[in-house]
Amino acid sequence: MYKIIKKRVLNSAVIELHIEAPLVAKKAKPGQFIILRVDADGERIPLTVAGTDASNGTVKIIYQIVGGTTKKLSVKEEGDYIEDFVGPLGVATHLEGLKKVCVVGGGVGCAIAMPIVEALHKMGVETTSIVGFRNKDIVILEEEFKANSDRLIVMTDDGSYGRHGNVTVPLKEMLEAGEKFDMIITIGPLIMMKFVVATAKPFEIPVTVSMNPVMIDGTGMCGGCRLTLNRNGEKITKFACVYGPDFNGYEIDFDEAMSRGRMYADFERHAYEESCNLFKKEAK
Amino acid sequence: MAKANMSPNRNPMPSQEAEVRAHNFDEVALGYSEETAIDEAMRCLNCKNMPCVEGCPVKIRIPEFIGKIKEGDFEGAYQVISKSSSLPAVCGRVCPQETQCESKCVRGIKGESVGIGRLERFVADWHNTFSTEAPVKPESNGHRVAVVGSGPSGLTCAGDLAKKGYKVTVFEALHTAGGVLVYGIPEFRLPKKIVAKEVEGLKALDVDIQTNVVIGKTLTVDELFEMGYEAVFIGSGAGLPNFMGIPGESYKGVYSANEFLTRSNLMKAYLENPNTPIMKGGRVAVVGGGNVAMDAARTALRLGAEKVYVVYRRSMEELPARKEEVEHAIEEGIDFRLLNNPVEILGYNNPDDARDPKNGFVTGMKCIRMELGEPDEKGRRRPVPVEGSEFLLEVDTVIISIGTSPNPLIKDTTEGLEVNRRGGIIVNEDALTSRTGVYAGGDAVTGAATVISAMGAGKTAAAAIDNYLSNK
Repeated sequence: MYKIIKKRVLNSAVIELHIEAPLVAKKAKPGQFIILRVDADGERIPLTVAGTDASNGTVKIIYQIVGGTTKKLSVKEEGDYIEDFVGPLGVATHLEGLKKVCVVGGGVGCAIAMPIVEALHKMGVETTSIVGFRNKDIVILEEEFKANSDRLIVMTDDGSYGRHGNVTVPLKEMLEAGEKFDMIITIGPLIMMKFVVATAKPFEIPVTVSMNPVMIDGTGMCGGCRLTLNRNGEKITKFACVYGPDFNGYEIDFDEAMSRGRMYADFERHAYEESCNLFKKEAK
Repeated sequence: MAKANMSPNRNPMPSQEAEVRAHNFDEVALGYSEETAIDEAMRCLNCKNMPCVEGCPVKIRIPEFIGKIKEGDFEGAYQVISKSSSLPAVCGRVCPQETQCESKCVRGIKGESVGIGRLERFVADWHNTFSTEAPVKPESNGHRVAVVGSGPSGLTCAGDLAKKGYKVTVFEALHTAGGVLVYGIPEFRLPKKIVAKEVEGLKALDVDIQTNVVIGKTLTVDELFEMGYEAVFIGSGAGLPNFMGIPGESYKGVYSANEFLTRSNLMKAYLENPNTPIMKGGRVAVVGGGNVAMDAARTALRLGAEKVYVVYRRSMEELPARKEEVEHAIEEGIDFRLLNNPVEILGYNNPDDARDPKNGFVTGMKCIRMELGEPDEKGRRRPVPVEGSEFLLEVDTVIISIGTSPNPLIKDTTEGLEVNRRGGIIVNEDALTSRTGVYAGGDAVTGAATVISAMGAGKTAAAAIDNYLSNK
């Protein structure tokens, strides 16, 4: 059992938890993920590590309430326990040797982008952060991004905060103005990452994308997280849990990844509604 | 003593009726009664040279335990088996006895061999139900050993070492101990309470089982030594599932057998209202002919599939699955499409509506007929495609069960650990790797094999570790 040490509600659907897991806290690096189960017989869900505190052995995770499992997790409070917590899994984001980087985050993906921005900042890398949200109410971690970025651009889809538009708008402007980055690192919805890659392509700037496919064990055993990569005209299959979650954005078949990501969409919606009904019953 | 039973046929195994069991996850084989077990035991001729023992990877003293059954001393029989095997209730159910002990049985020459596996299962179940003997905790010898993985090789190695007084910690990556016995082999073939019982037995011997620790990630092999473990056994299992490399393998509805079975077994997707989803019902094709393929096919059937095919590129003669499982599968109505090989998986694509929810789901599998050609290097006749014989199998789910490749996590984080060209850990006859104090066994070494051969490797390693640490 793993104890919830701290809980912070970032917006109506996004929650930050600090979970006591000293072995994981000691090892986890930006870009890696963990897998948790809320209770016995619960589903295993992967969540990217949003930070660690080795001094008290906690791992920070930030998640969005989307299905039955995250709904169940959302009612756990400080001092409560969750059943399982394993990691760190996957390969850490490669940051060595970078001098100037643009980090593009979207929605809850910004939570995963944050530790990368923090690490880059500590390394003295010149960092531009572009973060996008649907609207003002769901903007998260703005202070943290500001403190760790040389330049921060906040975008909202509806213009209710920051600049109006997609994250690709300022990215394109910068690239067209002749700005060069050693690397663009992007984390967020697949459709956003797909367009970040498309925006960067004419300028031949390397793009690292963070994939979050369906997975069970997270150690390579199930193969559910497989992605198709187009490498030098050849299609190859890679498991995101072992070889990722970071990949070269130019190689990823995003359309396929998006399709596979929706495999259990009906089930998820149903599970979410079920758990809501359950909570309503309990509340009565 | 009663006279030997000279019937050429063994006592049949009482089983659930095929049409009933095809719709539930309860165990198929129900086990011998005491009377049947004694009657079957009477068929053993107690051969002096004990050919059956030669056929057993862990060298169970088979005529000796059968002798105890003849006397009605079932606990005594159990004690004989448990000297050689840590998991008799498991092995009695999942060992391919027909190619091991039973293949050497003299009674098999002019009839059916003695039902050794069935007797082993009977004895283990009798013990688990009636025995009140608490395991004796041996005196500690002060040495600490780490075991990586809680599958058959790890549990065996841990058990043997614990019985010798070693303080053993088992590290398991998943949330439940048991490895393939829990995530891979389905409930109807190996009830999970039996695995849990074996694990409890180890805990009673003071073995510490730490779940949620991935060696190679959470901790490395070198860190285990730094923590004070004096030897490490790696029994991390088979690893990454292979795919065929044909078009369409990423369509929704294509699973590796590992994923399909893990969802159903470990994550209990077979229960009503599961927390973990799985595709149920419809038409299913399982590709491959091993035990895992049989498990996947029969699981799909029990999850409500209206039709299940097993597509295998060779003939029934070469099909590697345990004979009893194949017979059970056929009885349950699994349709074996032999000498067939998939060439492409087809998916739904609505050209007029990119948001059609059916887009990207499997609609069928294109196969080609095969014929057997010249024998390959292993002596198995090589399947050759029959030109122009392609045909379509209409299915909604495809489960690929064509083996696995070793997991790179431990190899990549353990300097000096040598692996072969395929990625399997290289060991000598004592299960010792290229690193001092590091031993390995099971599928991590051999690639996908059987539960009993993994147990045999765990046993060899335990003896070698004992030898190494007592002479250190």
